[in-house]
Amino acid sequence: MFDLTKNYFELFGLPVSCQVDLKALSGQYRVLQRAVHPDRFASDDERQQLLAVQYASHVNDAFHTLKQPLNRAIYLLKLAGRDVDMERNTVMDTAFLMEQMELRESVDEVRSDAHPEKALELLVARVDGDIDDYLLHFEQCWQSAGKEDLDQAEAVVKKMQFMVKLAAELEALESDLLD
Amino acid sequence: MALLQISEPGQAPEPHQQKRAVGIDLGTTNSLVATVRSGSAETLADIENRHLLPSVVRYAESAVQVGYDARAMASEDPENTIISVKRMMGRGLDDLDSLGSSYQFADNDNKGMPFIQTRRGDISPVEVSAEILRVLSSRAEETLGGSLDGAVITVPAYFDDAQRQATKDAAKIAGLNVYRLLNEPTAAAVAYGLDQGGEGVIAVYDLGGGTFDISILRLEKGVFEVMATGGDTALGGDDFDRAVARWILEQAGVDETSMTARQMRESIGEACRVKEALSGQSEVGVRFGDWAGALSRQQFDDLIAPLVEQTLRAFKRALRDAGLKAKDIEEVVMVGGSTRVPMVREKVEEYTGRPPLTSIDPDRVVAVGAALQANVLAGNKSADDMLLLDVIPLSLGLETMGGLMEKVIHRNTTIPVSRAQEFTTYKDGQTAMAVHVFQGERELSRDNRSLAQFELRGIPPMPAGGAKICVTFQVDADGLLNVSAEELSTGVQSSIQVKPSYGLSDGDISRMLKDSFEFAGDDRDARALREQQVEADRVIDALDVALAKDGKLLLSASEFEVLQADLVALREQREIGDAKSITREIERIGKSSEEFAARRMNEGIRKALSGQKLDDLEEF
Repeated sequence: MFDLTKNYFELFGLPVSCQVDLKALSGQYRVLQRAVHPDRFASDDERQQLLAVQYASHVNDAFHTLKQPLNRAIYLLKLAGRDVDMERNTVMDTAFLMEQMELRESVDEVRSDAHPEKALELLVARVDGDIDDYLLHFEQCWQSAGKEDLDQAEAVVKKMQFMVKLAAELEALESDLLD
Repeated sequence: MALLQISEPGQAPEPHQQKRAVGIDLGTTNSLVATVRSGSAETLADIENRHLLPSVVRYAESAVQVGYDARAMASEDPENTIISVKRMMGRGLDDLDSLGSSYQFADNDNKGMPFIQTRRGDISPVEVSAEILRVLSSRAEETLGGSLDGAVITVPAYFDDAQRQATKDAAKIAGLNVYRLLNEPTAAAVAYGLDQGGEGVIAVYDLGGGTFDISILRLEKGVFEVMATGGDTALGGDDFDRAVARWILEQAGVDETSMTARQMRESIGEACRVKEALSGQSEVGVRFGDWAGALSRQQFDDLIAPLVEQTLRAFKRALRDAGLKAKDIEEVVMVGGSTRVPMVREKVEEYTGRPPLTSIDPDRVVAVGAALQANVLAGNKSADDMLLLDVIPLSLGLETMGGLMEKVIHRNTTIPVSRAQEFTTYKDGQTAMAVHVFQGERELSRDNRSLAQFELRGIPPMPAGGAKICVTFQVDADGLLNVSAEELSTGVQSSIQVKPSYGLSDGDISRMLKDSFEFAGDDRDARALREQQVEADRVIDALDVALAKDGKLLLSASEFEVLQADLVALREQREIGDAKSITREIERIGKSSEEFAARRMNEGIRKALSGQKLDDLEEF
C-alpha cells in the first residue's frame, strides 16, 4: 500500500543506503508519477484530485531528497532519529572555520584576479573535491552506525552543508563573470 | 509485451463515451479554440470560417462585442474597446501605469485591482478575458453539439501566480471547467509530438503581433522543464508593419509629422498587406494615395533586419541564462504569425544551425497542443503515453526580518510540490505574526511581486524564539499556490488560498457569475441550483466510471453496495432536490467514497510498480 509515512527508499523500492542507483531512481519516479499525477485524475471529482496533488507532491519531494547527496544524507540521519537542524548549524571545529574563512577570501578575490576564470575553475574543483570527500566520510560513518559514528556523520553533514552553499555561490559568480 | 485484457461476459465496460474537451490559446492579439476529432487536433472556425478570434472586446451601447466587430471599432471608440487585455491580467494599477495603458481606471478600494471604466460600467480585466473565453466556448459547443466537459487553457511560461489565478478566474466566470493551465511553449512542443520519446533541449520562438517570447525547454524522460524564458513585451509583427509604413510614407513624400490619422491607418494597412504578400513573392506592388511603387523581398528584409536582430539577442540571453550554447538545441519550434516571414526563419536557422519546425500553422500550434493535452486529460486517450511534468517559473517565499525574501520553493521545482518551513517569533510575548508571500528571484522582498498577506493570530505569549510557526506552501499542477500556517505547540491554524493582491475576491467572482448573461436578473436560486446539478453530474460521472473500472476489484460486496446506494440517492436529489440538499448529498458521497479514492490511488501505484518489475525482468 502507498503510505505517506513509508520511507522514501521503500517508496521507490530501493535499499536504504548512501549510494542510490540514479537510473533506477528516476525510472521509478516516472512510474510513480504516471500513477499519481493530478493529470491522471483531471476529470475525476475534487476529492480524488486533491489526493493526487498530495501524493504527487510527496513523490516529487521523495525524488528530490534521494537524488541529491546532501539531502539524502540529511534524510538518512533523520531515519536514524537525528534531525539535523541546519538553522542552528553553528558549532564547528576551529580548523574547519579557518578553512571556510580562507575559502571565502579566495572567492572574494576571484574578480580581481588576473585570470578570473582560471581562478574560479580551481576553486570549483577544490570545493567539489571536498564535497566528494565528505560524502565518502559520511558513508563510512553511516555504515559503522555506532552512536559515536552517527555523531560524526552528523558533523560531516553539517560541514557538507557549508560547502554545498559555497558551490552554489560559485555557480552564481560564474554566470556573473560571463556577463 | 502487453497482456490482452479480457472482460468477463456481461461485464464489459460501457462503450467509451468521448468527452467534449478543448484547448484554448488565450492570446494577447488573437485567441483560438481547438479540439481533437477522429484522432487529429484542429482549430475551430466561426460561421464565416475564420479560425482566429481577435482578443478585442467592445462594450457597445446595446451589447458586448468580441472579435472582429470589436476590433473594427477600436479606433472609433477607444475608451470602450479593450485590446491586449492579457497584459493587464493579474496586474495592479501601478503595473499598468508602467505599461502605458490608455484606459480610464476606476477608483476603488480593492487594493489597486484595476477596473476599466466603460459605458457599461467598471469592468475588470478578468471579466474582459471571460468574454473572449465565452465566445470560444460557445463556438466549440456549437461545433461539438453539446456542453463542454473541460478545457486546457494556455498561459505564457513566465506567468506568475497572480496572472495564472486571474486566467483561471476568467475561465470560471465564463463557465468553463479547467482541466489544466498549460505553458504556451510546452503546448507548442506537444503539438509537434516532441514529448513522444524525445530527449534534449527545445527552443520555442514565439513572435506574435505585439510580443516576442523565447523559451528554452528541456525534455528529459517525459519531464518538460522550462529552463529559461525571455523576450520583449513590445516587439512583434506590428513593428514590421510600422517599418514598412514608414518606408511607404517616405517614398510617397508624405510628411509623417503632419499626416492625418486616416493616412496613418491606410499606410499601416497597406504595409501589412505587402508584408504578407512578400512571404510568397519576391516583389510586391505598393500603392498609397496617388503614389505607386514596388517593394522587393530584399528591401523588406533590410527594413526589418534590426527588429529580427533584436529577437536573436533575446534568444542568446535566454540560452545563456539556461547555461547552454546554440549548438545544444535539438529542435526549434516556430510560433506566432510573424514567423511566416522568410527572413525570420532564415535567421533563426542560421543562428541555431537547424531548420525550425514550421509544418503546423504558427498561429494555431499552441491551441493544437492544448487540444491534444485536453484530450488526454479528459480520458479520451490513454494517459500512459503522455505525462507532462511542469516546473514553477519563479521562486516562492516569505518576507523575513529586515525585508529579506526567504525562499520556500525555488524556481524550476517540479510541481505539484509541498514545502514546509519553520519560523519563530522575534519579540517576547508576540501573539500574532504577519505572513507576507512573495514571488520572484531578488534578495529583497520589495523587489519581488507581492502575492498575498495574512496574519496568524492567537499565538500563546512566549519568549522570543519560543513559538514554532510552520508555514506550508502547496503548489498544485497549475502552478497555483495555497499557503497555510500553524503554531506547532498549540495547533493554532490559519490558511488561505492565495488570492493575489491584485486578484478578485470570491465575492467579486460570484457577483460576476451572477451578472453573466445566462442568469441576468435576480434568479439567484436557479443559478445556484443549476451549479449544483452540474457539480452533481460531474461527481456521478466520475464515480460511475471509477466503480465500473475498479469497484469490483477494490471494494467488498457490501462496500460496493453502499456506494451504489449513495449514488442512487445523489441521482434522486439531483432531480428533485434544491441546491442545498444536492450539496449535502455531494458532501456525503465525498466522505463515503474517500476510502475508495485512496485505494484507487494505491492500486494505480501497485500496478505501475509491478508493471515496471516485469519490464525489468524482460531485459534479462
